[in-house]
Amino acid sequence: MQKNGRLRWRPRSEAGASPRTPGYFRTNDEESEMKEETPLWEVFIRPRNGLAHRHVGSVHAADAVLALDAARDVYTRRGEGNSIWVVPSAAITASDPDHADETFDPTADKIYRHPTFYDIPEDVGHM
Amino acid sequence: MKDENLFNALIELADDHSILCHRLGEWCGHAPILEEDLALTNMALDLIGTARNLYTYAAEIEGRGRSEDDLAYLRNERQFRNLLMVERPNGDFAHTMLRQLFFAAFMEPYWQAALESRDETLRGIAGKALKEMGYHIRHAGEWVIRLGDGTEESAERMQAAMEALHIYVDELFHSSPAAEAAAKAGLLPERGALRTAWLENITPILAEARLELPEAPNPQIGGRAGLHGEDLGHILCEMQYLQRSHPGATW
Repeated sequence: MQKNGRLRWRPRSEAGASPRTPGYFRTNDEESEMKEETPLWEVFIRPRNGLAHRHVGSVHAADAVLALDAARDVYTRRGEGNSIWVVPSAAITASDPDHADETFDPTADKIYRHPTFYDIPEDVGHM
Repeated sequence: MKDENLFNALIELADDHSILCHRLGEWCGHAPILEEDLALTNMALDLIGTARNLYTYAAEIEGRGRSEDDLAYLRNERQFRNLLMVERPNGDFAHTMLRQLFFAAFMEPYWQAALESRDETLRGIAGKALKEMGYHIRHAGEWVIRLGDGTEESAERMQAAMEALHIYVDELFHSSPAAEAAAKAGLLPERGALRTAWLENITPILAEARLELPEAPNPQIGGRAGLHGEDLGHILCEMQYLQRSHPGATW
């Protein structure tokens, strides 16, 4: 069930003990196979040449070509960009909010990772 | 009036765009999905933009102080010169998409040819509309392909749309005396010469959609002479209500 779906961590109590244990991940496929709905696509727009594509939202569409059209019609009505990417939402593996503590909190006390301890000569200007 | 033929030819074109715009606008809030709701109204906005440019230029050529609003909102059915195809009711989504494809597949080569017009204003209008028609062909074409070669039901609906609309295709290539004169003067393209270009736009899409364009031995024509179906009256009732009830109302 992990062929193409968005992987989500299950609470450990419900699943195997490690990511290698079958059933540890739950995928969007399991949900969408039940509902047979139009697939969801995540939309990324590049505002200008030289900038990175940024996530702006999502659209429903039956396939990639229609998803690009839909993204154009929904998200570029006011000249927001000059390039669009669409990615099947099911292809995105997301971190689990339930595991946010262990995922993100350990960095909170490592302030030495921020480059705020250097004196920058005035000549350098803004970095 | 500076050029009565050009004025009348511009009114024909402007009416095509404003009536089709109104039809697409009727989908607002009713499209099958939100994404398509926006796509249809985006296309409607492209059409109203072109209609405004054409009405404004027509009013300028007429030189009698009428505005784009006077031309769009204060003429009666028999004075409207739009193609019969564009006033056809929306029907289902298949009807709307096929009609849009038929219309855009004509206007794209039309504006392409109008880039060579002797008239600078018309070249400007053509340059803007050309890109928009390119997108309308793409968007409507993708849907025609998917519905025509989709499920049993979608194919049946697309086939029904084809049967209902193909009799209005021929009128695209007809020229009124005014349009003929404007073409002879090198101002606007010759409509009859665009059949090949239209077919080149349509044929690959219909092939992928597993659709065939049936013969139309008795095509429906009359829009350019002001002879419309009863549907146009209903459109004008709604479209002109505000200007008729509150003459001169502006934003």
